[in-house]
This record gives sequence, structure tokens and C-alpha cells, in this order.
Amino acid sequence: MATTRGFSGKRPADGVGERLPPGQYLTEDFPILSAGPVPRVALENWRFTVKDGVRPVASWNWEAFNLLPKTKLTRDIHCVTKWSKFNTAWSGVMIDDILAEAGIEAPSDFVLAHSYDGYSTNVPTEDLIVGKAMIATAYEGNPIIPEHGGPARLLVPHLYFWKSAKWVNGLQFTRRDEAGFWELRGYHMRGDPWREQRFSGD
Amino acid sequence: MSIDPEIAPQPKRLVWQEATVVAITIATPRVKIFRLRPVAWQGFTAGQHVDLRLTAPDGYQAERSYSIGSAPDRSGEIDLVIDLIDDGEVSPFFHAVVEIGDTIEMRGPIGGHFIWRAEDGGPLLLVAGGSGLVPLMSMLRYRSDAAPDIPAALVLSARREGEMIWREELLSRDRDEAGFHLFATVTRDVPATPGIHHGRVNAGLIASALARLPAPPKTIFICGATPFVDAAADLALAAGIPFERIRTERYGG
Repeated sequence: MATTRGFSGKRPADGVGERLPPGQYLTEDFPILSAGPVPRVALENWRFTVKDGVRPVASWNWEAFNLLPKTKLTRDIHCVTKWSKFNTAWSGVMIDDILAEAGIEAPSDFVLAHSYDGYSTNVPTEDLIVGKAMIATAYEGNPIIPEHGGPARLLVPHLYFWKSAKWVNGLQFTRRDEAGFWELRGYHMRGDPWREQRFSGD
Repeated sequence: MSIDPEIAPQPKRLVWQEATVVAITIATPRVKIFRLRPVAWQGFTAGQHVDLRLTAPDGYQAERSYSIGSAPDRSGEIDLVIDLIDDGEVSPFFHAVVEIGDTIEMRGPIGGHFIWRAEDGGPLLLVAGGSGLVPLMSMLRYRSDAAPDIPAALVLSARREGEMIWREELLSRDRDEAGFHLFATVTRDVPATPGIHHGRVNAGLIASALARLPAPPKTIFICGATPFVDAAADLALAAGIPFERIRTERYGG
């Protein structure tokens, strides 16, 4: 690879570099990204639905959803815009527990996550199950603020963070891998930061 | 068939390539504009950005995204606007080290949402905070070349007049272009130029901009730091602009 004249770079501290996927830098802030305004979803109107294709198979209001078993996950997260943040602490309902409560096993290999703002993102089923992902309802011990996707967001911490859809209101199992909002606009169908899968073709 | 360089979409596969720095302009005390000539360039759509990748001799790399401020055209060159972040890694390098003739690795164009083409129509309301002006400037310049009949208003906030990128160009466009109106405000200084407001973007300034458009905006593009974008988006919603017409891009993450 070509070196850039005069560039030496700011090296991350010991113990940081090996936790940063290629092209990422560490931030202590928690930057915000979204394609539009922040939707404000009232808890009394909140609903979360699991669908198999177009058919709803389970649905919860906020109260019922919060009676599902909660799990804590502390993970590093990586945004496609290049920032990474370490040790983010979330609590919520694991996708495994949601499926168990719905009384189903994953009916297909692909999922579209849908959000209150009309956003969607596609995630392979295997990236959501066996302890990998949750519907998060708390961050650092507090309710998730709307700017960060509250009341509830998908959390798939091992993929680029656009896959962790904010303001999530449903998971839809699909037969084929159907591109979501950013994926239709040139972003990668899977988005593994360690393979630097930022854009289609990466 | 060749692609129109003014509406070239993001390619199917984004390949890293070298781009040569052909000009450097000091835009404000903290902003430099780097004109780059990529080896192979199909053009872009106004609003898009590129990724840059710097490589140290030992292989260490840093990547950043920068918006394109020039209009899409057939020049094969693009202007990247780099705001100096004191404790940053890439912007201090650009400001202190990069010279005309240097080559920088880049790939792009990137972005399929925060973009505007003449065929998308208007009116347009653009709202920018600081260097959030950059992708909106590309849209404005492109609009005046490709679709000057589409009405557009720009609400622009900067700290000081001297920190307003392309200040002279914006003032003359406001004066000379019938379909374009500038609503600029500075937050730290008392403005010296008649017509430039003082204070933060508020409901009154948004209302003034909306009143100068002949019809409600078809799309509103808001770009800047996150608190600015959130505040402006809430003002737009409060002014009655439908949620789905508002597109945002946030700097600093």
C-alpha cells in the first residue's frame, strides 16, 4: 500500500488498537446518526411485533415487553462513519428470549428490523440469535433517550452500528435477504466491521 | 453509455484510488479547501462525500469521511473542505503538512440519501450549521447551473462572519439569483454585514425562510453538529414540515 507523505498518525494507547477494527478510531463521546428528525414515541403507544413474512406471530405493548426476561450486555460498538466506543452497557431482551416467548424458532435465515421512523435494516438471522443481539431498553442503567433510539433499539454490537436500528418496532423474518434503508443506498448487506464491510462490494 | 457526471450514483463497488491535490485554498482561519483530482472519476451527486485513507510508513492507517463542496461537473476534480480540529488526527495533518502535488488515497462518491438532483425538484430549504454548509453548498451551486428555476432558501448559522465559509459567494448569489435567498446568522459576533442576523437559528428565521419560498419545501436538508441538527429538525417539524421531507446529516459522528 502507498504511504502518505508526512503522515505518522496518532497511535491509539496500548490495549486500544487491537480492539479497533480497520479504519476505526476510538471516541469517548456517543455520537448520534440518523437520516431524519428524532421520532418521539410515547410508551403508551409503543408496540413491538415479530412477523413471519407479512404474518404477525407475536406482539407486545411496553408493559408486557418489560415483563420478558432482561439481560445485560456490555460491548464495544463500531459506527460505519469511523468512530468506535468501548464498553457500552446495555440492558434489554435477547432475541433468543423474544423468539422463545413467541413460541417459535427462527422461521427463515434473514430478518428486516423495522423502526418508527420508517427506517429498516436487514440482518442475517444467525447474527441475531445464540446470545448475539437484543432489543435494548436501557443504556448505562437508564432508559434510552430518543436521540439514541429510545424507547427501544435493536442492538447487534458485532456489526456496524447502523444495523442496530433505533426506535425499533418490529422484526420481520424474510425468505430472501431484502435490503433495508441504508443497504438500498449502497451500504453492505452484512456489515462486519472486522472485515471492513462498509459498502456493497467490500 | 457514459454516466452524467452530475448525477453519478454511488458505484456498485467502491475502489480505493489515488487523488492528487491540485489546489489548496484558505477559506477561513480554521478551514482549508483541498481540490483533488482522482485518477478515475465518474462524477457524483450533490450532497455526497468521499472517504480518505492515510497510511503511515509502518502500515498504520486512518480513515475519515469528507463532504464535497464543489458542484458536480465535468472537471474531474472535487473540493473537500477540512475544518481544523485541534486534537484531531487527520485534519491537523491536512492543515499543516499537505501540499499541492501530494497524493491522497480516496474512494467514493458515497451516499444515497442526503443527495439532491434537479429531477428531485423543489422548493428546497437548506439549513446549515458551521461546516455543515459543505454538502448544501454543492447542492446550491449545482442548482444554479442545472435548475435555477427551482426555488431554494439557505438558513446558515456560523459563529462569526469571518468563519462563514464561502461568505462572499453566498452573499452574491443571494443578490444575483432570483430563486435563491440567504438567511444567515452569527452566534458570537454582532454582524457587520446588513442582512446578516445575530443569534441562533430560531423559529422566526425558519419562518422567514419558508415565507420566501413560493410553496412549502419538497425537501429540507439539515447538516451540522448533532445539537444543531436536532434543534433545526424540531423547528422544521414545529413549522409544519412533514417528518418524511426532512433529511439530516450530522457531523462529529
